[in-house]
Amino acid sequence: MTSGLVFALAGVLLFVLGLGGVVMLSHALRRILAFNLMGSGAFLVLVGLAQRDGGVDPVPQAMVLTGIVVAVAATALALALVRRLHGAHRDD
Amino acid sequence: MTDAFLDPLPWLIVLPLAWAAMAFLMGAGRGARLAIVALAMQLFLALILATQVLESGPVTHVVGGWGAPLGIDLLADGLSVAMLLLTQAVALPLAVYAQAYFSREAGQFWPLAGFLLAALNALFLSADLFNLYVTLELLSLAAVGLVALGGKPAQVAAALRYLLVSLTASGAYLMGVALIYGVYGTVSIATLAPLMGSAPPMALWLSAGLMLTGLLAKTALFPFHFWLPPAHGGAAAPVSALLSALVVKASFYLVLRLALDVFPNLTALVAPGLGLLGAAAILYGSWRALRTHHIKRLVAWSTVAQLGYLFLVFPLLAPDGLALQAGVVQAIAHGLAKAAMFAAVGVLMLATGRDTLEGLAGVAHRVPLTLFAFGLAGVTLMGLPPSAGFLAKWLLIDAALSHGQWGWVAVVIGGGLLAAAYVFKVLRQAFLLAPEDSRFQPVPRSMEWAAFVLAAASVVLGLRGVELMALLAQGAP
Amino acid sequence: MKSALRLAVVLLALVLAGTLMAAILELPGANQSLPAAVAAHMAVSGVEHPVTAVLLNFRGYDTLLEVAVLLLALLGIGAAVHAGSETEDGGAEGDPVLAALARLLTPLLILAAGYLLWAGAHRPGGAFQAAAVLAGAAVLLHLSGQMPAWSSPGLLLRLGLAGGLLIFLALAAGLLGQGALLRYPPEYAGALILLIEASLTISLGLILAGLFLMLAGRRGGA
Repeated sequence: MTSGLVFALAGVLLFVLGLGGVVMLSHALRRILAFNLMGSGAFLVLVGLAQRDGGVDPVPQAMVLTGIVVAVAATALALALVRRLHGAHRDD
Repeated sequence: MTDAFLDPLPWLIVLPLAWAAMAFLMGAGRGARLAIVALAMQLFLALILATQVLESGPVTHVVGGWGAPLGIDLLADGLSVAMLLLTQAVALPLAVYAQAYFSREAGQFWPLAGFLLAALNALFLSADLFNLYVTLELLSLAAVGLVALGGKPAQVAAALRYLLVSLTASGAYLMGVALIYGVYGTVSIATLAPLMGSAPPMALWLSAGLMLTGLLAKTALFPFHFWLPPAHGGAAAPVSALLSALVVKASFYLVLRLALDVFPNLTALVAPGLGLLGAAAILYGSWRALRTHHIKRLVAWSTVAQLGYLFLVFPLLAPDGLALQAGVVQAIAHGLAKAAMFAAVGVLMLATGRDTLEGLAGVAHRVPLTLFAFGLAGVTLMGLPPSAGFLAKWLLIDAALSHGQWGWVAVVIGGGLLAAAYVFKVLRQAFLLAPEDSRFQPVPRSMEWAAFVLAAASVVLGLRGVELMALLAQGAP
Repeated sequence: MKSALRLAVVLLALVLAGTLMAAILELPGANQSLPAAVAAHMAVSGVEHPVTAVLLNFRGYDTLLEVAVLLLALLGIGAAVHAGSETEDGGAEGDPVLAALARLLTPLLILAAGYLLWAGAHRPGGAFQAAAVLAGAAVLLHLSGQMPAWSSPGLLLRLGLAGGLLIFLALAAGLLGQGALLRYPPEYAGALILLIEASLTISLGLILAGLFLMLAGRRGGA
């Protein structure tokens, strides 16, 4: 079993764990963390599966870099909304 | 070499990105005039692109000059161009409307709207599954920002819920893309299509399932509709109009694109299920629209119902192309009509200062043009001739009959009756006499006219069905 | 009822994980043709590192949209946070040790960012990594009380935030003269990519810092 395949299988576990978390958890902060877990899982599958024969493939690596930046942006927006909601509730 | 400068296709993406960034530079609340001028140009560009596609078939733009699968290709076929035309045609009147609606308090509306439109155009033109993921995220973030625009707790809560659903859905889509890349080593739709054999590996089934589920959640198909009414019903009127008319259509377009070009065999298997969910959406959405007293919620629930029709298309997809035409005409008809309806409701709420059905008493005499726009949009939603909604439902019934699937006919007719019920519920209230103590605020005429133009377009388009059919035939499989 | 639902979700998740793993394990050997295509075109890509070549040349259009996503997140935060009229917080208390450390580290971090930007052409590194380091420096300065939080960015700051996207976009459109969006002429590819990366480093550094500093400025209800 190559390291790529191990990454892909670990990615599946993270993805499913995150998906379960997003569906089942109720606290917004935990759901944001769960979403990030899910994203990391998908990134691992993207990179690992393509390189399961031990070769190097720069294309999924670049895609994952793009994906990470998108995830950072989305997480920041989500955190801002949570914080705004929290502040608003304390004001009322 | 230089005629690439005159190619309308890349400018449909560059232009909205540019004016969105410029509007951001100009500062909060500014950029309305810039947006209106740019949107007029975009509509013109989309029309040129449509004539090109009509005359000489699908147009490709090879970004970077590399060509798929190494680079990313943009492709405009009949389906893409129809959606592009809808997008620009809805956005321009809504921009005129929004300029008056927000007056000085637009906040970040203009840059957010610019990025939203750039994301839509980029999505409709992309022929690369990973690039589509990026456009989906661009679209979600813009839409969520717009929902949160007012900053009221209910809006922020709706935005957060929408964001979490949307991100989870994008995650599922990305997992699907990862599996596809792992199996075939490419994410270009044109490169993938011939690789799809008749006995695909299990990973491909899972990939299709994940991508499809994610996109259904983004389209708010029953039972994933739960996030839509608070988000669309709670946002500012121009935002609700953009979201209901365009944003949910983008993920529907992508489902259709995947079904036609990437997973034709796999989609055939789940098509009856999609049809049933669509039928459930029509019935449940209409019933909830009938039950609510909040006028904007009523229109939002009507969106849940109308989205159902789009999914009746899948069990009827056939080489004759009838069902595809029905789906696209419905998407366009609903896009124009729902934009008109949210715009009209925004005027009614400004005029009466209230957001309930009861508060509408007397508006028929105060803002008759707006009420007329609401009624015209209602004609399209009900599917009465000569509207585009009628054309869509007629095509759908035609397709169902030619397959001998009578059940769908009953759903289409039943949904039309339910739509009539909730539209007339609003109209009846509007024609009641106003109570003695009621006060009406004056509303800018440009808002009334924008709503009317959108509604009239949704009706008149029914008379121009032939051109639309010819356009859709370009590049159809 | 609720625990039954949770059990169902857990079971479904287990089934999904199992089938996904089985599907991955049953796949035949990888059939990747793109690494060869990337390698074949490295000479005309303008850079020496394949990941950078994919990010900024072969799939540079993805990166263009991604920069827009980042700016959009900042806008969304502005839309959500700004609409509320909450009290402003002048910045964290200055801890003298932290402040001294931040003053010491900031020039080093800027230097490191410059190195990462330069290194991206031939080894792992590049604009995003450099920008992340710059943003880290800004956050450090804020936490040590030497940089105020942002409430509403002024024109100069907005220019810095949007500049990277605007330059990237102008170049992409300008290269239509070569026949397509972002079609670099091979002889200038290296210089143009460096120009894009340099402007992105500054803009992305500001945006990433902004994601933190815009939030820091508004302490809800405080």
